Amino acid sequence: MTDLLPLAVAVPLLAALLVTALPRQAALLGVLGAAATTLAAGAVLTAVWLNGALTADLGGWGVPLGISMRANGFAAALLAMTALVALATSVYATGYFADSPKAVHFWPLWLLLWASLNALLLAADLFNLFVTLELLGLCAAALGALTGSADAVKANLRYLLVGLLGSTTYLMGVALLYSAYGALDIALLAEHIAAGGDENNAVDAAALTLMTVGLALKAALFPLHFWLPPAHANAPAPVSAALSALVVKGAVYIIVILWLELFASVATASAAMVLGLLGAAGVVWGSWRALRAARLKLMAAYSTVAQIGYLFMFLPLIAATPPGPARDNLFAALVLMALSHGFAKAGFFLAAGLVQQQAGHDRIDDLGGTAQQMPATTFTIGLCGSALIGLPPSGSFIGKWLMMQGAIEAGQWWWIVVLLIGTLLAAAYTFRVLSRAFGLEPTPLRFVTDARSEIPALMLALTAVGVLGLAAGPLWTLLGLGAGGAA
Amino acid sequence: MNEPWPLSALLPGAILFSSLLPGVFIFLVKEESHRLRTILNLSGAILKLFLVGFLILGVYEGQLFQSRLTIAPGLELVLHADALSVLFVTLSTVLWLITTVYAIGYLEHSPNRSRFFGFFSLCVSATVGIALAGNLLTFVIFYEILTLATYPLVAHRGTPDATRGAKIYLAYTMSGGLVLLIGAVWLRTLTGPVDFVEGGVLSGMPASMEGQLTIIFVLLLVGLGVKAALVPLHGWLPQSMVAPAPVSALLHAVAVVKAGAFGIVRVVYDVYGVEYAASLGLLGILAAAASVTIVYGSVKALFEDGLKKRLAYSTVSQVSYIALGASILGPIATIGGMVHLVHQGIMKITLFLCAGNYAETLGVHKVSQMDGVGRRMPFTTLAFTVGALGMIGIPPIAGFISKWYLGLGAVEAGQSWVLLILAASTLLNAAYFLPILYRAWFRPAPPQWPREHIFKTRFETMGALLWPPVVTAVLCLVAGLLAASPFSPLEWARLIAEREYGL
Repeated sequence: MTDLLPLAVAVPLLAALLVTALPRQAALLGVLGAAATTLAAGAVLTAVWLNGALTADLGGWGVPLGISMRANGFAAALLAMTALVALATSVYATGYFADSPKAVHFWPLWLLLWASLNALLLAADLFNLFVTLELLGLCAAALGALTGSADAVKANLRYLLVGLLGSTTYLMGVALLYSAYGALDIALLAEHIAAGGDENNAVDAAALTLMTVGLALKAALFPLHFWLPPAHANAPAPVSAALSALVVKGAVYIIVILWLELFASVATASAAMVLGLLGAAGVVWGSWRALRAARLKLMAAYSTVAQIGYLFMFLPLIAATPPGPARDNLFAALVLMALSHGFAKAGFFLAAGLVQQQAGHDRIDDLGGTAQQMPATTFTIGLCGSALIGLPPSGSFIGKWLMMQGAIEAGQWWWIVVLLIGTLLAAAYTFRVLSRAFGLEPTPLRFVTDARSEIPALMLALTAVGVLGLAAGPLWTLLGLGAGGAA
Repeated sequence: MNEPWPLSALLPGAILFSSLLPGVFIFLVKEESHRLRTILNLSGAILKLFLVGFLILGVYEGQLFQSRLTIAPGLELVLHADALSVLFVTLSTVLWLITTVYAIGYLEHSPNRSRFFGFFSLCVSATVGIALAGNLLTFVIFYEILTLATYPLVAHRGTPDATRGAKIYLAYTMSGGLVLLIGAVWLRTLTGPVDFVEGGVLSGMPASMEGQLTIIFVLLLVGLGVKAALVPLHGWLPQSMVAPAPVSALLHAVAVVKAGAFGIVRVVYDVYGVEYAASLGLLGILAAAASVTIVYGSVKALFEDGLKKRLAYSTVSQVSYIALGASILGPIATIGGMVHLVHQGIMKITLFLCAGNYAETLGVHKVSQMDGVGRRMPFTTLAFTVGALGMIGIPPIAGFISKWYLGLGAVEAGQSWVLLILAASTLLNAAYFLPILYRAWFRPAPPQWPREHIFKTRFETMGALLWPPVVTAVLCLVAGLLAASPFSPLEWARLIAEREYGL
C-alpha cells in the first residue's frame, strides 16, 4: 500500500514529461494524466480512510537518512481536493486554451505544479517541504505570467521574488532547528522539541518565527498579501483558479502543521493570537478591497486574502480550547473552510474566465449583458459566492458555525464581530456581481452554452455548496485518523 | 402511539423534493418550452398536495415523521412534522399551486420564465423546509436559503427600481439572518442541539443563565423580526413591491413574511416554551413590538396611494397579529395567533392577486385610479371585497375568527389592553380598505383606463388570472363559515394549542 504515496507524485510528473515530449497531443495527454493523478489521489484517500496514516520510505532508507513520505487525514483531504479541482481545471483548460499557442507551455508547467503540490502535501520532513515549496512557487510564477502581458509579467516577477524571499526565510528556520536537534523528520522533531525542555526555547521560538514569517508571505497573510491580488488577477483563468484555490493552501498547510503538530508543545496562545489578529485584519481588508475592486478577477483575488484570513483565525481558538471534541471540531472546521474555499474559489475563477472571454473584459460595472446571457456560468458564480459568504448549505457555513461556537465557548467574542463584518462584506461584493445578471437583456436560449467549460466550474461550485455543506461528517472520520495536533 | 406507517421517515423529505427537483429541472428547460415547464410546475405542485394530504392524516393520528441527516458531529439536519409544521406546510402547498397557475398566466410572453419558475420552486422548497425544520440549525439553513432564492424573484424585472428593491431586501434579510445565526449558535453552546419540542426545551435551565437566555431571545427576535417585518425592521417590505404580482403575493402570504412569523412562533412555543418565556418576561418584549407594528403599519397604509404599497403596509400590520397571539399566555390567544397564520395568508394572497389583475388588465396601480373597477371587473372586485372585509374582521370571513380568538384570549389572560390595539387596528383597517371598496363599486368608471388590455375571453380577464383570486376568496369564506368543522384551520390551531399546553 505504501507505494501509493510516491505514485501520487510520479503520475503527474510522468504526465508532465509526456506532454513535453509530445506537444501536439498535449491537451489529450494532459487530461488523461489529470485523470490518472486523480485516481492516484483517490487511492491514497481510500487507503488513509481504511488504514489510517500512511508512511513510505523512498529507496528503503529509513528516517533520519532517507526521503520519506507520509499521508495523514489532513494531507489526504487536501490531496483529494487538489485532485478534484485540478481535474476540473484541466478539462476546462482544454476549452480555454483550444487553438491557443499558449497550450504548449501550459500543460507541462501545470502538471509539474500539480506534482510539486502533491509532493508538498505528502512530504514528511522539513527540508522536502522546502524543496517542494520552492518548486511550487517557480511553476506558479511561470504559469501566472503565461498571458505575456506587461502587467502579468511584472506581477508574477514580483510574486517569484517574494516567494523566494519567503522560502529562504523558511529555510533559515529549518537550518536553526537542524543545528539544534540534528533531525528534519517532522514526527521525530516534534518528539525532540516536546522533550527539549527550557534550554532550547529560544531556538524553538526563533525557528518558529522565521518559518512562520516566510510561509505567511507565501500564504498572503495580511499585511504580507500585497503581491497576491495582481498576480492572481492577471493570470489566465485556469491558472488563477489553481493559484488561489491550491497553491496558497500549500503554505497554509505547512503553517498548520508547524503550529498544531511540530511546535504544539511550545507555541503559545499569545503568539497564536497575533496570527489570528492578522488573519482578522486580512478578512476585513481583503473583503473591503474586494468590494471596491473594479474587475471581477481582482475581486476574486482580494477575496482570497480574506478567506485565508479566516483560516488563521482558527489558530488562537484552537490554542484556547482544551483537547477534546470541541477542539477537534475547530480543527475539522479549519480544514472544511480550506476545502470549501478551494472548490468555491476555483469555480469562481473558472466562471469569471468564461465571462471574461465572452465579454472581452471583466469590468464588473459593464458585465450585465454577458452575465445574463450565460445562465450556467452566472449560476456558478452565485453558488461559489454563497460559499464565500458562508451561506448554507455550503461547507463554509458549517465552518463558520463551528468557529462561532468555538469563539463563544472560549469567551473570545471579538472573532464573531470579524466574522460578521467579513460575511456582510462578502455578501456585498458577491451580489454586486450578481445584481448585474438581472437586467433588461433578452432571454438566453439555453442554460448551458458551452458544456466543456461550464460544467467543470459548475461541478466545483456544487461540491463546495452541496456536498461539503450537507455531508461533512466523513471529514471528521478522516481527520480523526491523523489529526495529531488536534486530537 | 399508533402503529408507525411504512416509509413515514421519508415523507418530509419527499415533500421537500417534490418542489425542489422540478425547480432544478426547470432551470434547464428551454425558454420556449412553455408546455414542458408548465407540466413540471403543476406536477410538482399537485404531487406535493397529495403528499401533504398524507402528512395531515398522519400527524392527526399522532404519527411521527422524522428524517435526520448528520452534517457533522453534533450538527444534524432534521426534518420533522408536528401539528404546527403541518399548518404552515399545508398553507404554503395550497397557495403555491394557486400562485403557480396565476404566475403562468401572468408571465405569459414575458422574458426569463425558466429562471423565474426555477427560483419560484426553490423559494417554495425553502419555505417547506422552514416549516418542517426539526431543530434550530435546520431552521437557520432553510431560512438563509429562502433569502437567496427570493432575491432573483424580487430583482426579476431588471429595471433600476427592481435592482434597488432587491438590494434593500438583501441588505435587510442578510443582516437579520446573521443576527439570527449568532443567537442560534450561542443558544447551541448553552444547551447542545436545540430540537423543537412542543412545550419548549429550556424550562430546566439554571437561573444563572436567564440573563444570557434573554439576550439570545432578543437576538433571535431581531433576526426573525426582519422577515416578519416588525417595526423598525420592516423597511424592505414596501420597497420589494417592485416584484411581479405573483411574487408579492407569495412573499406576503406564504414565504418570507410568514417564515419570520412562523420562526417567532417556533422560538416562543417550541424552544423557550411559552410559560417559561412568560416567566422570564420575554413575552412582554414581543407584545410591545407586535402592538407597535400593528398600529404603525395600519397608520402608514392609510396614507399610501399605491395599491400594492398600501397592501404591503397592511401586511406589516397584519402579520404581527401572529406574534401578538404568541405573546399572550393562554391557549385561546395561541389559537388566535396560529389560525391567523393561515387566515392572513389566504386573505392577503387574494388581495395581491386582485391587485395584479387590475394592473395587468386595466393598468390600474393606484387607489385613486380605482373608480368604477367593480363594474368592469366584477369577479375580481368581489374577491377583493371578500379579502378586504376579512382583513377588517367582518364575520363570517376568516379574519373575524382570528380577531375574535385574539380578543377572547387577551381577556382570559387578563391583558385587556390588547382589545384596544385590536379595536384601533380594526378602525384603521376599515379606514384604508372601505374607501377602496367605495370607489370600486359606487364611483363611475373613467372614460378610459390607464392601459387596458383586452383578452380573448368571455370573462373580464384571462382565466389563469381570474380564477386563482376567486378560489382564494372562496377559501376565506369557507375558513370562516365552516370554522368548527374538522380539519378547518381553526380546529387545527386548536389541536396545536392543546399539544403546546399539554392539555
